[in-house]
Amino acid sequence: MIDVLELHGIEKSFGRNHVLHDVSLSLAAAQVTVLMGANGAGKSTLVKILSGVYARDAGEIRLGGKRYDPASPLMARAAGVVTVHQGIDDGVVPDLDVAANLMLEELAIGRTGLWYRRSRIRARAAPVAERMGLDLDLDRPVRELGLADRQMVAIARALAADPRVLVLDEPTSSLSSREAERLFGLIDRLREQGVAILYISHRTSDIQRVADRIVAMRDGRIAGEFERRDDDTLDTDAALEAMLGRVVAPADVEARQSKGVLLELDALQLHADAPPVSLVFAPGEIVAVTGLVGSGKTALGETLFGLRKPLSGSMHVDGKDHAPQAPAEAIASGVFLAPKERARNAVIPDFDITANLSLPFVERLSMLGFVNRARERRDARTLIDTLAVVCRSTADLITTLSGGNQQKVMVGRWLSVPSRVLVLDEPFQGVDIQARRDIGQRLRDGACARVTLVLVSELDEALEVADRIIVMAGSTVVGNHLNHGIDVARVLADVATSDQDSRQAA
Amino acid sequence: MIHLAIRFGFIVLLLGLVIFFSVAAGGFASPQSAVFIFQSVAITGILALGVTCTLVVGGFDLSIGSVATSALMLSSYVMVIWEQGAMVAILACIAMGALVGAINGWLIVRMKVPDLLATLGMMFLLIGLQRIPTEGRSIATGMTLPDGSVASGVFSPAFLALGRHRFDVVIERLLPVSVVILVVIAVLVWLFLEYTRHGRLMYAIGSNERASRLAGVAVDRYKITAYVISGVLASTGGILMAARLGRGDIASGNNLLLDAVAASLIGYAVLGAARPNAFGTASGALFVGILLQGLTMMNAPYYTQDFVKGAVLVIALMFTFSLSARRDAGV
Repeated sequence: MIDVLELHGIEKSFGRNHVLHDVSLSLAAAQVTVLMGANGAGKSTLVKILSGVYARDAGEIRLGGKRYDPASPLMARAAGVVTVHQGIDDGVVPDLDVAANLMLEELAIGRTGLWYRRSRIRARAAPVAERMGLDLDLDRPVRELGLADRQMVAIARALAADPRVLVLDEPTSSLSSREAERLFGLIDRLREQGVAILYISHRTSDIQRVADRIVAMRDGRIAGEFERRDDDTLDTDAALEAMLGRVVAPADVEARQSKGVLLELDALQLHADAPPVSLVFAPGEIVAVTGLVGSGKTALGETLFGLRKPLSGSMHVDGKDHAPQAPAEAIASGVFLAPKERARNAVIPDFDITANLSLPFVERLSMLGFVNRARERRDARTLIDTLAVVCRSTADLITTLSGGNQQKVMVGRWLSVPSRVLVLDEPFQGVDIQARRDIGQRLRDGACARVTLVLVSELDEALEVADRIIVMAGSTVVGNHLNHGIDVARVLADVATSDQDSRQAA
Repeated sequence: MIHLAIRFGFIVLLLGLVIFFSVAAGGFASPQSAVFIFQSVAITGILALGVTCTLVVGGFDLSIGSVATSALMLSSYVMVIWEQGAMVAILACIAMGALVGAINGWLIVRMKVPDLLATLGMMFLLIGLQRIPTEGRSIATGMTLPDGSVASGVFSPAFLALGRHRFDVVIERLLPVSVVILVVIAVLVWLFLEYTRHGRLMYAIGSNERASRLAGVAVDRYKITAYVISGVLASTGGILMAARLGRGDIASGNNLLLDAVAASLIGYAVLGAARPNAFGTASGALFVGILLQGLTMMNAPYYTQDFVKGAVLVIALMFTFSLSARRDAGV
């Protein structure tokens, strides 16, 4: 086996955030290496270093035995390392036809001359399409194509440069299983042609299908390598375990068992192919909902908050029907959601801490339409103290705080008013361990009168905060465990349940 | 140092300008001159306060100038051709402004047309529409109508008073009605944006629309309201213009849009706000007024005015964006 690309001791930090620690990895010709890792494990940083977007801080990369130091994506491409990024539409120009899309690099460099001659572009594109087995009308605009075909065009374009290394970042995340199968056929052909492929994915079924080897990353380190064995099996469970990490420290939570019914999900169907979900939650319970990306956790939260409608089934809060049409309605009936990705979904960057905290409930602080600022500040002061937010004053701009402290404010926003159901989607995203403990403690302290749902992909986080852990996969519930003498291996097995498995179970 | 420059630079510049003109141009430092400045910026200022509301929700309203001239034509038409009184004319204009604002809001929120394009389209539509009823001619008492009859209605005295009456304040006939209206509207918009729940949520939408929606804010309703406010204020400006001119002049109001937008953008720089705000907008309008009045009194030719306005705008924007960005970067 010839190693085409070799990485030795790669290090990368952003400010004080050390993202990659001593990463060494080699990719062989005619082999598909799957890179697995939870969010924030460092996969994308690694890909960006390979494709010339970021410069590494230390370490060495060799391509075909020679030093490889791409200063830009264009240079990486010229050297033979081609990346197809996750967002499909970043890879194609929808308003141009297929032929022009395939020749985009040449058009951009200007190698096609001054005049745009359609026939010439088409003649140059035809062999590229043929070599890829791309069965598409070259004159059709890309915007008329389905996602899978667009993905094919993006990959075909990537291959027009005859790459030695192809990096595919979650290429199936928006494809159906049939479309994905076409992509796998293409990958098989490329492998035969001797291309080294780095394939990033969370989907167990994809990995089983294409991988020759799995490399698991965790917290910026390589956590394990798993080769396909001689009997053609792959130990994806072991890889998942390496990626998620065994829980080392015992969870410092005393799991409470609560009685009664506050929230009831009755045959709630979240996805067309998924079996319905029926669950009961007792007052005072903190329930972690865990599962891989795309397992349906967020869909569940959004359904409770009125951002999407269930396909069938119903929800009940305190015995009353709960079918909110919009977030405002959900909030009015005491169901709150702190969304994930706070910079995009939660933070008001122009506002100070006080106004960020009061945003959903500013009506309660108003008299005749005027905001009672003194009361607003007092309330903010109290919340900041209980959440231990590190700041100079309540009038600090939210953007001057660190990520963890911003997150505390975003969670605190929904704690300022008593709720019946509090859903927190990835509340520990980009938050250091101390802030994580603070938030967890605050959630447990105030949990008695409500149901708290914490949606997390990291099992450690679930074990740290929850009384009960629900595992989701393929938009349905595949496991339900009390966090007391919990069998971590079984939870991990549930997490690894593939879409197919969960659907067959129905 | 940079903090002080951002916060007070603009105000210092404004005061410096006043002192300079007071010394350099005789008669600048008089009540009459001050009132004249206010009067010259009254209509622009009212329009600018409307645009400010749309800027606050992260939008923009390019139709304000044409709403104002439409109100000018509509009020003239109502009084001169339909022979109605001042009240009917005013209510018709306000209703027209609110309707145009609501349509703008609907286009942007429901039809998903980008704000600049929706209001640009509306601007063209109104510029054309206001000419149709009179076949492109200005409206005045005694004009011949398309059907051959003669328009016999007149501008009611009560209506004209809006543009021409002056209150006695210390000096007889000092303070024009339009200035009073400007000050009242500026104070109301300022209170509304800074101190009410509604204003707070408008700023939240402008800063992060998605997050506001996820915090339960009825984003669509607030955005439409902002355009309605803008439309109503623009038509108010049009009413004052009609009352001042006393005829439906088809050629008036060419500069209104650009002047109003400039005032609200200059307003970003006032007190280092770096965001649209009512106090800044009013100061911005005043700044332009002072500068032009001073230069005129120092015999600067009229054709340099647009250049001066443009230069002020560019410098103010530089203050806002470059310096504020550096402040945020902690330099």
